[in-house]
Amino acid sequence: MSRLNAILVLVLVGCALAVIQSQHRSRTYFVELERLKKQAHGLDEQWGKLQLEQSTWANPARVDTLAGPPRGRISPPHDRVRVETLVSAP
Amino acid sequence: MNYHARKLLKLNLAPWRMAAMGSLLLAGFTVVALRAFYLQGLNTDYLQGKGDAVANRNLTLPAHRGQVSDRHGQLLAISTPVESLWARPDELKLSDGARAQLAKVLGMPASELTKKLSRKTRGEFSVLRPVTPEQAVRIATMGVPGLHLRREFRRYYPAGEVAAHVVGFTNVDDLGQEGVERAYQDWLAGREGQRHIQRDRRGNTIRDLAPIRTAQMGGNLALSLDLNIQYLAHRELAAAIVALKAKGGSVVVLDAKTGEILALANQPIFNPNNRRNYQPGPMRNRAVIDTFEPGSTIKPFVAAAVLERGLYRPDSVIDTPETWRVGAKLVRDTHPHPKLTVSEIIQKSSNVGAVKLAMSLTPQQYWDVLHRSGFGQLPGSGFPGETAGRLRNATTWKPVEHATMAYGYGLSVSLLQLTRAYMAFANDGEVMPLSFLKREPQEIVGERVFSPGVARKVRAMLETVTQEGGTGTRTQVPGYRVAGKTGTAHKLVGGRYAPDIFLSSFVGMAPASNPRLIIGVVIDEPSGGVYYGGSTAGPVFAQVMAASLRQLAVPPDAPETATRITQNGQPAMARAGGGA
Repeated sequence: MSRLNAILVLVLVGCALAVIQSQHRSRTYFVELERLKKQAHGLDEQWGKLQLEQSTWANPARVDTLAGPPRGRISPPHDRVRVETLVSAP
Repeated sequence: MNYHARKLLKLNLAPWRMAAMGSLLLAGFTVVALRAFYLQGLNTDYLQGKGDAVANRNLTLPAHRGQVSDRHGQLLAISTPVESLWARPDELKLSDGARAQLAKVLGMPASELTKKLSRKTRGEFSVLRPVTPEQAVRIATMGVPGLHLRREFRRYYPAGEVAAHVVGFTNVDDLGQEGVERAYQDWLAGREGQRHIQRDRRGNTIRDLAPIRTAQMGGNLALSLDLNIQYLAHRELAAAIVALKAKGGSVVVLDAKTGEILALANQPIFNPNNRRNYQPGPMRNRAVIDTFEPGSTIKPFVAAAVLERGLYRPDSVIDTPETWRVGAKLVRDTHPHPKLTVSEIIQKSSNVGAVKLAMSLTPQQYWDVLHRSGFGQLPGSGFPGETAGRLRNATTWKPVEHATMAYGYGLSVSLLQLTRAYMAFANDGEVMPLSFLKREPQEIVGERVFSPGVARKVRAMLETVTQEGGTGTRTQVPGYRVAGKTGTAHKLVGGRYAPDIFLSSFVGMAPASNPRLIIGVVIDEPSGGVYYGGSTAGPVFAQVMAASLRQLAVPPDAPETATRITQNGQPAMARAGGGA
């Protein structure tokens, strides 16, 4: 009887330690999760900023201004456009 | 050591003193024990509360507003986080030195800062929103009590003024004020979440104490706009407004097959990124909100009405004297031709001819065609402030009005509405519902306005307008067949039609064999000497149409143009090449 009790006490202590251990692990993982979530959020914000930056650089108005006067490029007026239709030879 | 052995150290106390001291100490211990019992056992909330206050936090989870992009995913509006400076007046402690330093950091005069900070309001108010990241760091290091930085989302419009009228803008509190931002406010707006958490002593979150109310991010929106076409429309219109010394103008580009609005540009413009100096005038989306008398652009509907009832055929010949009297009104043609076919009436835009055609219908019959085409009704784009224009009931028409209605006076339309109505001619009689949002082709059901036969006949007439002898020869697009109608209307000024103030328009479609695009152009009060729709709005149409067709890679349907140029032996290209 007393031997059984002794074993149960040992098991109980073991369980208690396991609970402590798993609680600790759970907290560690939770902290890690929170950190990664925060990182994901930060990256999300950065992505938004980069998108904004990209669309600002690639803005048609800006491209047009850059390609236009400084490099002398214009869209040709209509009388200088010729449309060719490709027809396969008979 | 034995103290008792020495006489001097022998304890010589009276027993009552021992008892008194003992009971005092006992009473002290009892009080402490009772207090401890009270705190730990009975009044547990107090210490628990103190503990929780250290470890527990309520967090607000921020939610940002959704993005707005064009049909290819190019950004038109996006929210990014910025810092802004807030003050709590009752806690504010600011020395004169710190005040001067703060003014320097914020880049505002010290007097202005003092005025701002001395505001007598309860709670908090914003001092400057937003502040730049560098300013934020410097303010944070100053650590002034009562001043704090708060993270907010600010809306940016990378396309700026190019798409401003369609996209609209939000106010500082992120509420949509105009355009799509306002129309889809509920969808775009995010909803903040709440979280109750426990922290450890390092400040890490260790567990959630209550179920998380997740933040709901605002939905993203893909518009029907094509930013490239939108930019072209904006650029061509802006250039034309300057060249023609006009007061304003609008361009609408519609997809003839789906009813999607591919571009919508207005002049004058405004910059949605600049929140200062807002004036309502330039912010108005004229193409959707303003109405005008359409003038000759209404004539194809007269032709459709008489063809539909079998009263005339496109080649029926009609006498068209220079003037024609209806009641007290003398209808006049500026370029008279004694006899014209129905098709030529459209081609040469004869007022007398159009009136004679319209008078062969009863007012009710003519009204019915206009009503079916969508005049006097909301175009259904869902844009805030969209107008229905004005089309009075046929029973109230006087004969003079019946006549003027044939060449576009006495009713008013918006450019969007007029362009939408032309979809009937472009799409073999079927009008697709308008949309500012990108949509899949299978999800739309059109509305039949004319029979395919009538629509095709009118389209053939519209094609002659852009050919030799028509009013719209300057609307030709190389490689494509173009159909359209010019309009030049006198504007009402103080209840009278001003002889020299015009509103010029052109609505057209291409490729005419199977139209893919419909473009409507309005130029308000051109004052550079040219005012005919064909030579003011027409070239804008041609430029935007040519560029848009190229952008969409629409195959050319006018091989004869190409052959003609080729047969002539490199005329255009060679001339151009020789000059360059």
